[in-house]
Amino acid sequence: MTINDLFNETYASLTANKARSGLTMLGIVIGIGSVIAMISVGQGAQGSIEARINSLGSNLLLVEPGAARGAGTFVSSGRGSATTLTLEDSDAIAQNVAQVSEVAPEASRRFQVTATGTNTNTEVVGTVPSYQDVRNVQVDEGSFITDAQVQSGSRVAVLGPTARDDLFGEGAESVGDTIRINNTEFTVIGVTVAKGGTGFGSQDDMIYVPLTTAQRYLTGGDSVTTISVQAANQQAMTQVQQDVTALLLDRHRIGDPTQADFSVLNQEDIVATATSVTGTFTLLLGAIAGISLLVGGIGIMNMMLTTVTERTREIGLRKAIGAKKDDITMQFLAESVALTVIGGVIGIALGWLGASLISSVGGITTSVSGSSVILAFGVSAAIGVAFGYYPARRASALNPIEALRYE
Amino acid sequence: MDARRPIIECRDICKTYLNGDVATPVLKNVTFTIDAGEFVAIMGPSGSGKSTLMHILGALDSPTSGTYRLDGRDVSTLTDDELADVRREKIGFVFQSFNLLPRATVLRNAILPLIYAETDPERRETLAEHALNAAGMPRDRWDHLSNQLSGGQMQRVAIARALINSPSIVLADEPTGNLDTKTGEVVLGTFQELNEREHHTIVLITHERYVAEHADRIIHIQDGVIVEDSRNSRRRIVNHTAA
Repeated sequence: MTINDLFNETYASLTANKARSGLTMLGIVIGIGSVIAMISVGQGAQGSIEARINSLGSNLLLVEPGAARGAGTFVSSGRGSATTLTLEDSDAIAQNVAQVSEVAPEASRRFQVTATGTNTNTEVVGTVPSYQDVRNVQVDEGSFITDAQVQSGSRVAVLGPTARDDLFGEGAESVGDTIRINNTEFTVIGVTVAKGGTGFGSQDDMIYVPLTTAQRYLTGGDSVTTISVQAANQQAMTQVQQDVTALLLDRHRIGDPTQADFSVLNQEDIVATATSVTGTFTLLLGAIAGISLLVGGIGIMNMMLTTVTERTREIGLRKAIGAKKDDITMQFLAESVALTVIGGVIGIALGWLGASLISSVGGITTSVSGSSVILAFGVSAAIGVAFGYYPARRASALNPIEALRYE
Repeated sequence: MDARRPIIECRDICKTYLNGDVATPVLKNVTFTIDAGEFVAIMGPSGSGKSTLMHILGALDSPTSGTYRLDGRDVSTLTDDELADVRREKIGFVFQSFNLLPRATVLRNAILPLIYAETDPERRETLAEHALNAAGMPRDRWDHLSNQLSGGQMQRVAIARALINSPSIVLADEPTGNLDTKTGEVVLGTFQELNEREHHTIVLITHERYVAEHADRIIHIQDGVIVEDSRNSRRRIVNHTAA
């Protein structure tokens, strides 16, 4: 049997009972469509989380006091209260570790901040000018903290856009105004550009002040809460991480690395953790949708078994006029694969449409990747083979004499 | 054409069905020869073993013992797929219930065997034209769907389908069983015509003496043995022009 004949026979059989073929195909359409849509939600979430982590800065290492609880966890036990890291540690990293482009120490804590008649609770970050480069902070109005202001301990503040909105109203002019942090007056000298993202860890709900000022008026002591280290390039990150760890262990006179009173987090680790979380989420969504795909596949098998029984005499005739076992197997397999492949293509289109609907109506970021489309297509073809094989073998195994007699 | 070339040679054909431990012999040492160009009727009541014999002659089944040579080739010991090849190349079947593909045109039904023979699409048209003309199927019906035809026309399409491969033998299993007497007569006339004009070897299986009498030789089978094998002296000839 040539491919052309196989195609014609398949077309003729499927169009002979259009309603049944269509309904069976619908099972696959829904299955593939929901897989595409669900995975797009998962991948969209993954993409937006990665983008947010990367907006922290590039090639970034974060040195924080207190031991990390586990690999990649970025909440450490002593954060904020532990006082194991100092400005001298930061300077030592800048001077002694090779392939470091910038180092930015910070002393931050949440404070109640008031302006005229308003108040908000926000993160106050005492830092130095290099923070702007390391953490990718851009200034929208006014200017960022200068070295001179850090030297003199000026009481100036740069507001994040969310903090500005909370204190002065949305988009209000605030440069030159005064705010009070912990009962100390600060003059607003700038507002940063919005980075996007809301809720926990927003980069926009922050107030930046000079590090020395923060230590003197707000956090007290000379400890820092985080040292952000920017490696010269991505390849150097692991080396820099090792060097920073060795240097600080030495400075803190700790022999056993497991007893370290600080932790060095690699930005890539943070991304990896977040990715593994969203990956699990994607997998879960995909698995739920996969169940409907499985049900669709069983629908195909059911229909094919019915068809084989109905067409017993036809199978007998085909065998009598010279069809071999393989010809019969191929014919029925081609029918089920045609159903799942056509259903798969329609399902991919509908899933894509569904994903864009979820984005536009639900406001959830979705992303349909080429790999998920190819995967869905492959899976639908594989379902055709897997669920069509048994009915096809049953058809080809029919005894022609009994098949011809079948009533 | 060679007048005495044997096309079917059956020697000591036995067929025994095993039902659990009980062996039921259906054919017992059946021996006969059919020459090319003969029109033979195999006649017998139901249960006589004529259907089993027809299945063996049609390479649908293999004998338990004995040899069956079709067109010089021993086909009694072939595998399923080899039997399929024999059927495709050497045998044309005509069944009692026509067994046409419903919702398919006359033309598509007639060329169905050619898709398994992988004949060139251009050649299919020519072969179909010849076979449908030989079976007496009017050209204006070739595009009709098979389920829109009358019984007699359906059987003509089935005959065309059987002829399309130019088979060594045409096996007709009760071809008039589902037709009224008049239409049946016309179909039998078609077989006579094919036998006389195109020298097709035709084996007709029937339980009716009246039908068998259209052949020029009758093999009478009863309880699995041939009880009579003789020239048909009272041959019924259908007036071809009336068909």
